[in-house]
Amino acid sequence: MVKILKGEQSLRGAAAVVGVGLSRFGDLSGNSHMEIMGEAVHHALADAGLTIRDVDGIFATNFVDQLAPLAVAEYFGIKPDFMDGSNLGGSVFVNSLLSASMALKYGLCNVALICYGSNNRSGGFVAPAQAKTVESIYKPRYPIQAYALAAARHMYQYGTTPEQLAEVAVAARKWARLNPAAEMRDPLSIADVLNARRVLDPFGVRDCCLVSDGGAAMILVRADRAKDFPKAPVYMLGVSSRTTHNIISSMPDLTVTAAAQSAPEAFAMAGVKPSDIDVVELYDAFTINTILFLEDMGFCQKGEGGAFVANGNIAPGGKLPVNTNGGGLSCVHPGMYGLFLMIEAVQQLRGECGARQIKDAKLAACNGNGGYLSSQVTAVFGTAATL
Amino acid sequence: MNDTSLFEGPGPVQRYQDALTQGLFLIQQCKGCGKHVFYPRVMCPHCGASELKWVEPTGRGVVYSTSVVRQKPEKGGDYNVALIELDEGPRMMSRVMDVDPDKVKIGMKVSAHIGLLDGQHAVVFYNKEQGSKEW
Repeated sequence: MVKILKGEQSLRGAAAVVGVGLSRFGDLSGNSHMEIMGEAVHHALADAGLTIRDVDGIFATNFVDQLAPLAVAEYFGIKPDFMDGSNLGGSVFVNSLLSASMALKYGLCNVALICYGSNNRSGGFVAPAQAKTVESIYKPRYPIQAYALAAARHMYQYGTTPEQLAEVAVAARKWARLNPAAEMRDPLSIADVLNARRVLDPFGVRDCCLVSDGGAAMILVRADRAKDFPKAPVYMLGVSSRTTHNIISSMPDLTVTAAAQSAPEAFAMAGVKPSDIDVVELYDAFTINTILFLEDMGFCQKGEGGAFVANGNIAPGGKLPVNTNGGGLSCVHPGMYGLFLMIEAVQQLRGECGARQIKDAKLAACNGNGGYLSSQVTAVFGTAATL
Repeated sequence: MNDTSLFEGPGPVQRYQDALTQGLFLIQQCKGCGKHVFYPRVMCPHCGASELKWVEPTGRGVVYSTSVVRQKPEKGGDYNVALIELDEGPRMMSRVMDVDPDKVKIGMKVSAHIGLLDGQHAVVFYNKEQGSKEW
């Protein structure tokens, strides 16, 4: 296994983010997924001081265009030198960070655009296409089904409580209340979460992410060029992509995700440890995700995630800032969320986050989740001071 | 020339379903490593061997995790979706049929039966012993 490349081969610090953009969120009726993506790309290009003609690498995936890189290249009228449209679910954009860093380092492209747009809310919910499996006859309600089974097992094995799951949703909402762009900004209490309509036990509706329209875009260049752009570069320090299964009945242990492997690898590439991290952005499709990933990434011991998130510990003012934009639970969740969480990490490291800004944030850890807890991709970003 | 003897007729999933239709619950066992395999495949996910034989499991298992899918009564009401760990090792998705959906507990002992779900033969589980043969 050659994951942590050393010396000249190392990807640590090889690429830097020089532009990020987000569309409006919520109900964008009348906008196609491509138009919403274009809105985000417009903002990312402006942020980087570039035009679409400068882009020569396309990294695009969604749930409606199976040939997404082709659709995106055509839409913008460009003929890219490098394209990647892997699909791992919502984690794939963190995986794109890995492929974009490689493509940039080896000169396959010079300006990499990672982009996504969805009209999941106004245009109708689209789940990833999947062939019929031996599970289909039992009518599992995916994606929530998988996460509910994982939550039930975690509660059985470690005594995690519904109140602790609710803490995750409440913390996300408290962060969202500090973010003017977040969709859900009304106060939310533990009791509100516990009393919310049951959807798929052990989850109620407030344990589940939003269904949004929204787009996101990120532009990366080789690190040696990154200082020539208007904004302070944010460097890719470490990234690793792992999987344990596809359908939930094949997951080896429902309480341990592939982040238990991808996170140590990403941290090792970056040369940092969890206690060095200033801000954490995780794919919180459901409340159990945050608990599982905090454990698997090493922010607490396995089984102690419930206690770790209690007492507002991951909320504003807590000991570890997690999902500072409000997450998929309260900020935005347009089907695939992996790019949105990376953008929040970049904006925190640039110091652009206003009321929710983490003071002097220098290192951010991200974890993208895809499929049914199936794909985990961890990344570490840092400011120039961390290089 | 390829040795095609392993790949004659229907594939493993169709054979599994055909056996259920004939009242038989079969899973695979790898001739290479001896481990049991579910869902049915052309290659052992444990060791990579391509020779797998069909065996009759004991039908006994334990609830590994469980959930209640909430559904309006007019659409058929709430139902259970559980993961069952078979005594032979593999885990499968199924339903526990003789216990209220929210009363199914992790660790509960269950036994396999062949039932009809939406007109298709499928392995479902019961908590109560249903005689010596489990399906």
